[in-house]
Amino acid sequence: MSSAFGKIPAAPPGVGHLRAAEPFPAAARRALTDAQLRRNLGKATATIRAKRATVVAELPDWEELREAGRAIKARTLAHLDRYLCQLESEFTARGGTVHWARDAAEANRIVTGLVTAAGADEVVKVKSILTDEIGLNDALAAAGISAVETDLAELIVQLGHDRPSHILVPAIHRNRAEIRKIFLREMGDVDPGLTDDPPALAEAARLHLRRKFLSAKVGISGANFAVAQTGTLCVVESEGNGRMCLTLPETLITVMGIEKVVPAWDDLGVFLQLLPRSATGERMNPYTSMWTGVTPGDGPQQVHLVLVDNGRTAALADEAGRPALACIRCSACMNVCPVYERVGGHAYGSVYPGPIGAVLSPLLTGVQENASLPYASSLCGACYDVCPVKIDIPSILVHLRARHVEEARDGSRLPDPEAVAMAAAAYVMASPARYAAAQRGGRLGRLLGRQGAIRRLPPPLAGWTSARDAPVPPGQTFRQWWQREHKGPGAGRGVR
Amino acid sequence: MPEAILATARRVLGMVGAVRIALFVTCLADTLFPQAGRATVELLERLGHEVEFPAGQTCCGQMHVNTGYQRQALPLIRRYVETFARCDVIVVPSGSCTGSIRHQHAMVARRLGDERLARRAQEVAAKTYELSELLTDVLGTEDVGAFYPHRVTYHPTCHSLRMIRVGDRPLRLLRNVAGIDLVELPAADTCCGFGGTFAVKNADVSTAMLADKMRNVLATGAEVCTAGDSSCLMHIGGGLSRLRAGTRTVHLAEILAATREHS
Repeated sequence: MSSAFGKIPAAPPGVGHLRAAEPFPAAARRALTDAQLRRNLGKATATIRAKRATVVAELPDWEELREAGRAIKARTLAHLDRYLCQLESEFTARGGTVHWARDAAEANRIVTGLVTAAGADEVVKVKSILTDEIGLNDALAAAGISAVETDLAELIVQLGHDRPSHILVPAIHRNRAEIRKIFLREMGDVDPGLTDDPPALAEAARLHLRRKFLSAKVGISGANFAVAQTGTLCVVESEGNGRMCLTLPETLITVMGIEKVVPAWDDLGVFLQLLPRSATGERMNPYTSMWTGVTPGDGPQQVHLVLVDNGRTAALADEAGRPALACIRCSACMNVCPVYERVGGHAYGSVYPGPIGAVLSPLLTGVQENASLPYASSLCGACYDVCPVKIDIPSILVHLRARHVEEARDGSRLPDPEAVAMAAAAYVMASPARYAAAQRGGRLGRLLGRQGAIRRLPPPLAGWTSARDAPVPPGQTFRQWWQREHKGPGAGRGVR
Repeated sequence: MPEAILATARRVLGMVGAVRIALFVTCLADTLFPQAGRATVELLERLGHEVEFPAGQTCCGQMHVNTGYQRQALPLIRRYVETFARCDVIVVPSGSCTGSIRHQHAMVARRLGDERLARRAQEVAAKTYELSELLTDVLGTEDVGAFYPHRVTYHPTCHSLRMIRVGDRPLRLLRNVAGIDLVELPAADTCCGFGGTFAVKNADVSTAMLADKMRNVLATGAEVCTAGDSSCLMHIGGGLSRLRAGTRTVHLAEILAATREHS
């Protein structure tokens, strides 16, 4: 449990995008009123869900693959120190430079320093959730460096002065009419006759980005995987923009969470099957780039790797939460989540939305700083079923709720009304006599009911009757019926 | 062998091997939906089995566990284990409570350092069955001789489906009910939005999920929406009642307990 490792720092506040500005229920309430958002999300998630289901069903050994993915990640996390040191020495031996960053601010400082040293005031970026987690673009801007997002959806988000709402499809909340408006408004070099035809929108982005690729001195990427055995980094993308960023600039800086390391080259064979089928519903990923150090005269000649903690060791120390670090960022859990589908990613207030975000964000920041997220789930279990590395998200949610309640109790002298109610309910339920007495008292609820239903309940149950009737307590409980019919409690009736 | 003879044979076999079954009725059914508990008793007795109701039972503790109050749940878990330890077979008319008993009791005990209780909880959980599991797997029957002349749609609750994996057992039982007009529920495996205290803590999201579930239920034209959990039915039924939608919710046990004599 975390208390044994209480000293391990969580991701500090103030920098980056891991914390919600308001509790989930309030943000969700607002999102639910956006009919356009509901339609965009419903349509997009249904499409991706169906594609995923089709290509997963094709593989007879899908369950074995999932288990292999889970096992590799569990073993890696159990020996994370060893694999990270191996990665560092292999990466360094092949001409790269490794930097270690304890948190977001330190990572931003390192990257900004490297870009400045390369004499650049503009960088091209491959889609990376980690750089968004640490708020790298803001830090670069503060140093007078403009960062250009080259993934089409990230570009839409950046030009729209918006936030990503999905880890794989960051602009899932936008439709093509909205995208056309953003391009016309923000892209200085766009054709004013632009239509909302998807190929036309893609072409406008290509023309805009091509100029950036050819002039950039520095490229910045994340990493999907890093192979400790060989010091190889791997980026998986769909548009070819990544390949441009990874090969054209003179300097390449990769910013990676420490949990992304895998032990051996062969392990990629498992993950490169699991990831595309789970993520985009494709059998094979379109652009899989791997690079190992520096190749003289070919590609970037300055290659850096920034290994970022930012709360990951705190998550590692929480034994029940640790499996969340196995996440390969496929987003299958978001696409099946009935909560995510209705509220979208912004309501979670973190770069990691959906079911995995509801566990990962509190694990990284400490549960008290994202206290509403573990409750942002009906525990329906759809996420666990699709997770390619078998993260039992519902169980981790339940664990984090317990951590939240226990840490809140330890930090406060006055228990809140919910804690009092829960303790009272447990006291009643722990004794059959008290329980039966409470049932008799509960029958007073019959006074509230008209025509078989209760239309309004007082707080804290008022939320229930805002949209749902509540049942009227029956004339006799089951227990009373049993006593009447079966001559006393505990008795059985013989076989007839 | 024709199906009818097979069914009769199974029923005869079931009577020969009469089983003494302990009922864990669940706090929700006991207090608010006693008809689900009564139907479970009537059904099992009709099939020739002996039912007992251990009086020490209260609640499985799931609401406490799922809301973060594991310490408070521990006495409830101990009570379940102590009440049912002596029983051979335990039936629960709820997939969700069965799921909690099977997947949470030992986990909570272990997390709070009571290894002995965790081991005993595992033993009792191994003898605990959700109703459709008991009927098909233990008692070996898929035709319980029920008669229910209504248009019915079945909602496979999340915990029945994904926590204890009842699969199509409830549907196999329903398909054998005489007179029933069973219609498939679109997007059946999507959560109704109940989720215990989620329905209150996140009432707006819960209601949005319920809206879609009700739309699908009403699209079937069914008079009755059934499921193996009173909790989800309380949620769906509460929404349908508020809209005066004209579709009722009825627990699976009540349909399986219904006979020609009832109608």
